Formats: sequence, structure tokens, C-alpha cells
Amino acid sequence: MDNLLNVSSSPHIKTDANTRSIMIDVIISLIPCICFGVYVFGQKALLIIIVSTIAAVLSEFLFDLITRRKNSIFDFSAIVTGILLGLNMPVSVDLFIPILGSIFAIIVAKMLFGGLGQNFMNPALCGRAFLAMSFASYMNNFTYDGITAATPLNTLRQGINIDLIDTCIGFIPGTIGEVSTIAILIGFIYLLIKRIIDYRIPFFSLITFIIFILLFSGNASNINYVVGQVISGGLLFGIVFMATDYVTSPVTNFGKVLYGVFLGVMFGIFRLYGKSTEGVTYSILIGNLLVPFIEKITINRPFGRESA
Amino acid sequence: MLTFRGGVHPRGYKEYTKDRPIREVKPGKILVFPLRQHIGKEAIPIVSVGDEVLVGQVIAKADGDISSNIISSVSGTVSAIEKRKNIFGEEVNSIVIENDTKDTTIPDMKKERDYKKLDADEIIEIVKEAGIVGLGGANFPTHVKLNPKNRREIEYVLINAAECEPYLTSDYRLLLEFPDRILKGIEIMLRVFPKAKGIICIEDNKKDVYDLMQKKLYGNLSVSACLLKTKYPQGGERQLIYAVTKRKISSKKLPAEVGVIVDNVATVVAIADAVIDRIPLFSKIVTVTGDGFNDTGNLKVRLGMSYQELIEEVGGVKEANKKIVIGGPMMGTSVAEIEGAITKGSSAVISFIKDPIEKNKETNCINCGRCIKVCPINLVPTLLYKKSERMDAVGFEKLYGMECIECGCCSYICPARKPLTQYFKIMKTEVRKNQINKETKK
Repeated sequence: MDNLLNVSSSPHIKTDANTRSIMIDVIISLIPCICFGVYVFGQKALLIIIVSTIAAVLSEFLFDLITRRKNSIFDFSAIVTGILLGLNMPVSVDLFIPILGSIFAIIVAKMLFGGLGQNFMNPALCGRAFLAMSFASYMNNFTYDGITAATPLNTLRQGINIDLIDTCIGFIPGTIGEVSTIAILIGFIYLLIKRIIDYRIPFFSLITFIIFILLFSGNASNINYVVGQVISGGLLFGIVFMATDYVTSPVTNFGKVLYGVFLGVMFGIFRLYGKSTEGVTYSILIGNLLVPFIEKITINRPFGRESA
Repeated sequence: MLTFRGGVHPRGYKEYTKDRPIREVKPGKILVFPLRQHIGKEAIPIVSVGDEVLVGQVIAKADGDISSNIISSVSGTVSAIEKRKNIFGEEVNSIVIENDTKDTTIPDMKKERDYKKLDADEIIEIVKEAGIVGLGGANFPTHVKLNPKNRREIEYVLINAAECEPYLTSDYRLLLEFPDRILKGIEIMLRVFPKAKGIICIEDNKKDVYDLMQKKLYGNLSVSACLLKTKYPQGGERQLIYAVTKRKISSKKLPAEVGVIVDNVATVVAIADAVIDRIPLFSKIVTVTGDGFNDTGNLKVRLGMSYQELIEEVGGVKEANKKIVIGGPMMGTSVAEIEGAITKGSSAVISFIKDPIEKNKETNCINCGRCIKVCPINLVPTLLYKKSERMDAVGFEKLYGMECIECGCCSYICPARKPLTQYFKIMKTEVRKNQINKETKK
């Protein structure tokens, strides 16, 4: 029987891309944010990212080991979660914060639900939400040049104009990853070119958010305010790297549009009427919960049966 | 450029055989003719053991309308009518003929006939007698396809030369070497469909034969050629119809219902051979390719020859060969052993030294949505897959799973390496089984 040929079901060829190569592309797209964060906030920022990444990978590895699951760290998704969580920290945090956050993100939000692909909420955002609730003082201590300062978002809330150019480049207080609009955009363009993400979720959430701000902020005539709202805070980082997470966003094209619009409205509500700095986090987490429903109502009609 | 939504761009691998002219292969001593080489009922043998047969002689008659004649490809003696293994390992009723190597043909063969004097019904009868079936892969009896209820209202006859499967080059070689034969075949088909225009559909990776055809078609008002984007499954019937005419049909409809007939170029050549030269369908061009054979080629082989002979013709299999696929790599079937005869449905034999999916490690679905993007039918494979995992036939059907054409695009693209198409094939069988059960209960 040795000389029997291999048998498998068709197709007999496959693309080279796999889960790991996708994760590697996501990691590459985060490099500009990492570099800029480290440039602005110093070595401590790098340390935070490394610590949170190691904690995330180690959590997954140990969970697999203890529960006797197949080792899953080589799909690199834990690395992505770790980096994202690290980028979501203010640079002033003590190192136990990212460690706790990573453990929570990986164990509670991801592995307990069955690992990659089975989690219904974005692990990194869950980790951040957990930290924001449990360690609020750490998570809200934004510094710039080592001095605690008001974020552009707070400045805007007080009705004062901000320096748009500094905000755009990223010379502002905030979390490590979110400060530079330019770095985020470079990552975004990379993801689009490599066709890792679809434009729909970022595009529709952003448009909806802008419309919401124009309609309800009462500041529609102040361009500085409107642009400032878009480029400050975690909004862009959220819609590029968090809202587009495959696992926790709808798969259908129209579902992506609906999801984007929903997020845009939620961002607007949190920004204008909420006191919390975690508006983007909570908006996306709430959006995650709606994904199965959105997918259900937006199932494609098959070819040739569109009208029937 | 004309195309459809979805699809994938696998590497072509056509360079192995693209420049190899079609060459004829001498048949061996024993030929085996399965009685079913087509969609529909098994043909009924009309010869018995010991009978002498000639090249081109009908040895089994079509049983009813959806069935097809089986033609002997050699002259010799019927040595057995029994179950024989086909290439897929199934035991099928077959006629076995011992070749006398004299190649004595039936009396009229190759006596040219003036097709311009034939009417539609006569042409259809000739096609039926010649045992012609769709040679693009589906093997649907061509005489049935040529005779829809609305024959006089058909607007387009699409000649499918997309050849979108990687590796295959037999259609390309036909276009390059026998363009006039193809045009004659189309002319004959247009006699059956008086209102129709003929369109030869070619993918843009075969631009040279498109240009050749354009030159040949200069001044021809009833036939044209069109260039399609190179994308798999461009040659799928419904995808092709949409790309060229923008008409959409579901799985439940026949092309004729939207005024379109689609036939493969090889079928068109078979029609021309049968109608003009009285040569029935007993040979076929098969691409033998891949890195696991010592040589490659486009071989014109007699039906009934064994695959083993065909492979020996290209110098045999390399020691290191791991896998052999019958048909294209996207929809073909891999076989454990090379046993069995070449039939009307044989289009290619591909060998692989490295099995591209042997070391396939399945990981969790990450909901990336690539399968949705590439599905030419616009299904949601990722959700269908979740239903399939639970063998939820009702849910599968609700998500339009039965519309799946098993083209393999979703499996090809899946980064989690899920064998999606395989799941869907199983589920489709399951749903059909349930339907039959329900009907028998009633």
C-alpha cells in the first residue's frame, strides 16, 4: 500500500497567505505607531509594548499548556493583541498594568471563549476596558515630556482651539499608539494596499462620526473643532486597528457599512455627551456584541437570485 | 474587460504544455469503454462478446434522451462486457475491446458531407449518433443542449475557450492549431440556432489566439471573439454568461432560458468532425502535465485507452511524484492509483512532486471574509462552514448553500486552510438525501 498516491478533495492548490502571514502584516502596519510612540515618549514606551506583548504570548502559551490545547502562539495573534494593548497605554503606567491587561485580554476575552476566532469581543479592547475600570487613575494619567498635561480632547471640550499640526504629527499627550495621526494613516494605507482590511468600516464610521459632530456639537462652523475631534483621542487608532478586527466585525459588505455607521453614531454620543475618555473602546465593544445580528440581517443574496 | 464578481488568481502553470503541439497517441492492445461517460442514463451495449467492431462504430446505444452513444475507437474484437475499475476506483459496467491494430474504419468515415444542405434536426441527429457530450467537464449530452424548447429564440452561442483552470492547455492548442475547424463548427451550430450570434470567449492570458481569431473573423458578421479577464472560474457556465451578456441565472435555470447556449471549443470541434467528416467522438485531447512526469504534452488520445498508457507516452512518472489529479487542479479529482480508461470527460492529468496541500495545517476561522470576496456565487462560505461543521442541513440550505458550484475558490483563498469546498460537497449530498427521504415518506 506504500505506493498509493496522495488523495484529497479539490481544490489541489492553495494561496500562500495564511493566518500567520496576515498577523505579520498587521504587526508591520503597527510599526509606524510603535516607532513614533517610542520617539515621543521614550524608551519606557517600548518597554511597555514589549512587556504587554510578552505577557500576552506567555498567557496564551500557558493557557494552552494547562488546558492541553494545541499550542496556538505561532499564529501570532497574541503578539498583535499584546502590541495593540501596549499601544493603548499611557506611558506613565507602572509595568504591572500592561501585564494585567494582557492576561485579562488573552485569558478572559479570548482563550476562555475558545481562542482565536471564537472571541466575540476584541481582546485588546477588553483588556483596556478592564484596566480603565479597575485602574482608572493609572489609565487616565496622560503625560507629555514627563509632565501630566491635558489631552487635546480635553482642551477641545473646554472650547479652546488646539494646534492641529502638532496633533496631526503626534506631539501631544495621549496613549502610546494613538497620538500620531500620520503614523496611523501610514499603517492604514499599508493594510489597504495589502488588502488586509476593507475600507468600509473605517470610512463609514468616520463619515458618520463627522456628520454627527457637525449636526449635534453646535460647533460645526469651527473647523479647528471638527478636525480636532477627528484626529485627537483614540478615534483613528480605534477605527483603523480595532474596529477592523476580523473576528469581531461583520463579514458581509453591507454588514460592514451598517457596523461602521453604528460605530460612528456611538463615537459621537460618547464624545459629545459622555464624560469618559474610553468612548471609542466602549463603542467598539458594544458594536462587537451586535455583529452576529448584523451578519444575520445582511446575508448576501446569491448570484442569479437577487430579486427572487 | 469582461468578467464577473469574485474569483481568484491562481498561478497558471500553463508554460509546461503551452508550446507543445497536439500529437496523436497510438492506442494499445486492450481498450475499455465505460457505459456511462456522460450525465444521464447508462448506454445499452449493442455488441456482444466475440463481435468484430470497427473504428467509429456505435457499440452502446443511448438509453432514452439524456444519455449518449458510446463509440469504439479501434477495430478489433469485443472480448468482454463486465465491470471494470474506472480511474476514480469505481467498478463500472464497461465494454472491453481487443485492438487488432488495423484501424479499419466504418465505411463512410472521412467522406466529406456538405453541411450546408443539412437542416437543424438532421444536425442534431448526427450529433446524437456521434455520441458527442460537453467536453468542458460536465459531459452533458450535446444533442439535448442543441435542442431546447426555444431553439429559434436563442440569441447567443458562447464558445467557451476561457480555459480558466491552471495547467490546462488543450483548448488553447485547439484554437491555435485548428481555428478553421472551430469556425466551421460554429457555423454548423448557428444553423441550429438561426437567430443567434456566435461569440468565442477567450481569457486574456491567451491574447495570441484571440488575435488570430480576430484576423480569421474579419468580415464575419455572425461570429465574433471576446477577451475575458484571466480569472478563475471565468469558464464556469454562469460566470461566462454573465461576463459576456450580463445575464444572470441561478442554479435552477438553464442558459437557454435567457437565450444563451454555451459549448466548449472541444465540443465545437467534435461537432464539426461529426457533421462534416462523419467522424464520431472517439478521441480527445488531454493535457498531461506537472512536475511529476518525465515529460509533458497535449496528447490526442483514443477513448478507452488506459491512463497508464497515456502517462507512459510522456516518459512515465518520476519516483518522487506524490500526487496525480485527473482534471484541473481547482475542480479535478486526485486518485490513489492510476488504473482505468480515458473517457469523454478526461481533460487533463496533472502530477505533483510536492503536494501543495499535504502539510496543510488547519487553524481557527478568523472571520477574515476572503471566502466571501472570492465566491463567484456571492455566498457566505464562512457561515456555511459553521453550519456544515454541525451538519446543520436546514441552516445550510437557508444560507443558499445549494447554490454552491464547488469551484474551490473559498478553499483556495482561506488563510485558516479550511477545506470549505469539501464541507459543502458533503452538505449538498446531505441536503439532497434529506429531500429524497422526505419525498419517499410522502
